[in-house]
Amino acid sequence: MNDGIVVNVCMGTGGIAAGGDMVMQEFIKEFETAGVKNATVKEKCRLHKVGCRGFCARDVLVDITVDGQVSTYQYIQPEMVKRLVQEHVLGAKPITEWLVGDDYHVFHDNQTKRVLADLGKIDPESIEEYLGVDGYKAAEKTLTTMKPEEVIQVVKDSGLRGRGGGGFPTGVKWSFCAANKADQRYIICNADEGDPGAFMDRSVVEGNPHAVIEGMIIGAYAIGASVGYVYIRAEYPLAVDRLRLALKHAEERGFLGKKLFGTDFSLKIKVKLGAGAFVCGEETALIASIEGERGMPRAKPPFPANKGLWGKPTIINNVETFANIPQIMNKGAAWYASIGSEKSKGTKVIALTGKIKNTGLIEIPMGMPLKDIIFKVGGGIEGNKLFKAVQTGGPSGGCIPQQFIDLPVDYEGLASVGSMMGSGGMVVLDETDCMVNISKFFLQFTQSESCGKCVPCRIGTKRLLEILTRITEGEGKEGDIELLQQLAEDVRDSSLCGLGMSAPNPVISTIKYFRHEYEAHIKHKKCPAKVCNKLLTFFIREDMCVGCGMCAKACSVNAISGEKKQPHKINNSMCIQCGSCFDACKFSAVLKE
Amino acid sequence: MINLTIDDKQIEVAEGATVLEAARKLNIDIPTLCHDPRLKPYGACRLCIVEIGGMAKPVTSCTTPATNGMVVKTNTAKLYRLRKTTVELLLSDHPNDCMTCIGTGDCKLQELAYAYGIRENRFQGAMRDHNRVDVNPFITREQNKCVMCGLCVRVCEEVQGVGAIGYAERGFEAKVIPPFGHDLKCEFCGQCVSVCPTGALSGRLWSGKPRMAGVKFTDTTCTYCGCGCNITLRSTGDQVIRIDSKPDSHNRGWLCVKGRFGFEFINSADRLTTPLIRRQKGGEFEQATWDEAYDYVAKRLSEIKDKHGADALGGLCSARCTNEENYLFQKMFRARIGTNNVDHCARY
Ligand SMILES: Cc1cc2nc3c(=O)[nH]c(=O)nc-3n(C[C@H](O)[C@H](O)[C@H](O)COP(=O)(O)O)c2cc1C
Ligand code: SF4
Ligand code: SF4
Ligand code: SF4
Ligand code: FES
Repeated sequence: MNDGIVVNVCMGTGGIAAGGDMVMQEFIKEFETAGVKNATVKEKCRLHKVGCRGFCARDVLVDITVDGQVSTYQYIQPEMVKRLVQEHVLGAKPITEWLVGDDYHVFHDNQTKRVLADLGKIDPESIEEYLGVDGYKAAEKTLTTMKPEEVIQVVKDSGLRGRGGGGFPTGVKWSFCAANKADQRYIICNADEGDPGAFMDRSVVEGNPHAVIEGMIIGAYAIGASVGYVYIRAEYPLAVDRLRLALKHAEERGFLGKKLFGTDFSLKIKVKLGAGAFVCGEETALIASIEGERGMPRAKPPFPANKGLWGKPTIINNVETFANIPQIMNKGAAWYASIGSEKSKGTKVIALTGKIKNTGLIEIPMGMPLKDIIFKVGGGIEGNKLFKAVQTGGPSGGCIPQQFIDLPVDYEGLASVGSMMGSGGMVVLDETDCMVNISKFFLQFTQSESCGKCVPCRIGTKRLLEILTRITEGEGKEGDIELLQQLAEDVRDSSLCGLGMSAPNPVISTIKYFRHEYEAHIKHKKCPAKVCNKLLTFFIREDMCVGCGMCAKACSVNAISGEKKQPHKINNSMCIQCGSCFDACKFSAVLKE
Repeated sequence: MINLTIDDKQIEVAEGATVLEAARKLNIDIPTLCHDPRLKPYGACRLCIVEIGGMAKPVTSCTTPATNGMVVKTNTAKLYRLRKTTVELLLSDHPNDCMTCIGTGDCKLQELAYAYGIRENRFQGAMRDHNRVDVNPFITREQNKCVMCGLCVRVCEEVQGVGAIGYAERGFEAKVIPPFGHDLKCEFCGQCVSVCPTGALSGRLWSGKPRMAGVKFTDTTCTYCGCGCNITLRSTGDQVIRIDSKPDSHNRGWLCVKGRFGFEFINSADRLTTPLIRRQKGGEFEQATWDEAYDYVAKRLSEIKDKHGADALGGLCSARCTNEENYLFQKMFRARIGTNNVDHCARY
């Protein structure tokens, strides 16, 4: 970057939640008091808001660059800003105790950032900054020098596969759509992102909305669509605002609208807000929702590429899929395909969460072994516990056990062990997680998000959940495992849409790899991970109890007795195993077994 | 034309036909619950699934277009298992009160339970409770018996063009309701009742009347208007207890509120059963035979015509008559009586 001083403040949703807004205000104030002129303008000193770089756990993250030397600070709060300005910005002396540690660098250095490359660097609300990183060059080149068929060929050659879950080759899908005779075609960006814990697409739209728009322009040109929609959930207010702003800026510059880049090609992009139903991420339900109908999937074929929105050929791609397109057009198919595995090219953005040291948003080359993601990028398991399994692919993915730690993470690898890439969620589980409880947890989500249209999903997931619930409550019966397996397979094989087809995955995979835990619950009425309260006995360790009485207060059935300052006791015949005492005790004197 | 193979039999169908249509052409029986050939395919019940060569998973035959060279299996062990699970799931969330249900004998779910021999249920569990009583004059809605086939919603939208009902809630609690869960307030054509495969929707007038046993079915024509919709009367003794219409009639089984629900007059004690003649001014009506009545009318018409001329007469006919009857009526006035004073309440 140019000489001078640049201060970047993380203003993604994570950054703002941690106080990024106030930190920003504080910087402006301090700059003004210190007499730094034009604080927010590109001059000598630039104050700059940037999107999410993936490490929200450390927010508010602030980069201060002095003469090309970048220092990154973590956990910055408004009251710390004064010292930063005085000592670092004005005094050129970094405050070492606030800087990020090695783990921050390990987290980033083991990633390959393509889609996320500019997140955390450019101001997502400024089209100039996007133009500064070659923004809209790819669209211009494509529209002015290439035929639509050529564009599709490049995307095919790149090997890019849909990042929304299915992993269908993007170029091939585009060619299906383009092959239809039609007076009107549509292009839709799927930014519904309903998986719990997933925030890949939100971060990309918040951090670099123009990349998504540019990808859509190129896609629309390739298939011959003159109208596009971004279907984005209303619960993403910041992303929606930035997207609308970016669309406005792009229109003002003539990148959207009529006769783009002097060609005859026109494109209008509209924003459609989703009301927060997971199933509306499914492409046919999404189309119904745009049409003003209830978001319920319909049977395929016909596929949207042939008969989609308002019955016209329609392409739906995921946010991340579109965000890859400009780079592919700029740098070529071969460059794109140079990383990744044999059948899965490029990178994948993953939301890494659970019992892991470095939780956050990461981007890895396809095919990276699971263990590198967990132990390098993720920094290993939290609290020195034992790694047990990882759930990939969101609520409808599968649980992958420890024995597959060397598995390459790509579409084929994950599918080979009964899981899936999905949209890229990864939840790491350790020895304190009960697998029956985990599969119950995921099923609770899919069951309540089923649209209710088809029988196996509407009633079948409910019954699966009921059986799992009774197992975790000690009411499991002989034969329940087999019943779960049969029903799970039947729901998978006869449901209408991807939601029902994949909802049983957590059940199927946990029974496959952790059958002994199910058996322990059913036969021995024990929860090996000590999670399912109904299977545990609660008691108080006399030597640890200080007699504060908090447990007795918390107990709703008065099962705990004891004099003040004397060790308390639980009457197990009255205890309903709710676990309130366990949570209430500040001295870890309540134990469960 | 498209050629495909279903259960080792060859069949030719027109472009755009579904696999289900092709199978029906071969008289292959595939169970369906949410399908009605008069409505757009929906694919919700998952009973019509079939296995198709080259496709990884079973697909619904009611929604899948037939293509050339397709090889279809409709009755494998796997399909049997999946269908049975589906029926069992439906029954696990069903009141199972066939003994007292208006739908008995006329219920697709009951037939399926019978066909798959389901008595014990592996999936016993929670049941929906949607039995809000809908206060309206014609239709009884018992939503706990609803299998969510969507036929009622689709017929109301696609055929009647009214859209009086739709879906609410998600997952297990999903249900069919009028807007905001209010009472039904619509045309009451009862199209929805006619397509409901279970006892979830029924006519109020049918309540407590015999269901199947001892019921006589008589095909006839609706008398309400000149359309002449085909109807089937259900009767016991001399009482008409219900009106249906068959899907293969010229009105495709669709009726209006009058045709479907307006039949109580048939059994009314006030109904005239013979012609009545008032022989003297100020006198009482007296019962007469049809011959007497016709003679009387002809005599009076002739007298008036002779005395005052043909234009002193005029004829008004009814929309409840057929085209043919209306034609004859005007012919009688124009050609026989000799006046153009003839009209009709609907003039169509
Ligand atoms: C229940 C369900 C939810 C889905 N949610 C999303 C979503 O939130 N975002 C998304 O891009 N794709 C989602 N998909 C996948 C879409 O149906 C579709 O395949 C995808 O948007 C296609 O884009 P791609 O080819 O770029 O992956 C979902 C699918 C199912 C079955
Ligand atoms: S599988 Fe579930 S979400 Fe999909 S159509 Fe069926 S009921 Fe709806
Ligand atoms: S009676 Fe007719 S108008 Fe009323 S809900 Fe049923 S189909 Fe619709
Ligand atoms: S009320 Fe009857 S027709 Fe309507 S969805 Fe339910 S079962 Fe189907
Ligand atoms: S009849 Fe085909 S899914 Fe119901």
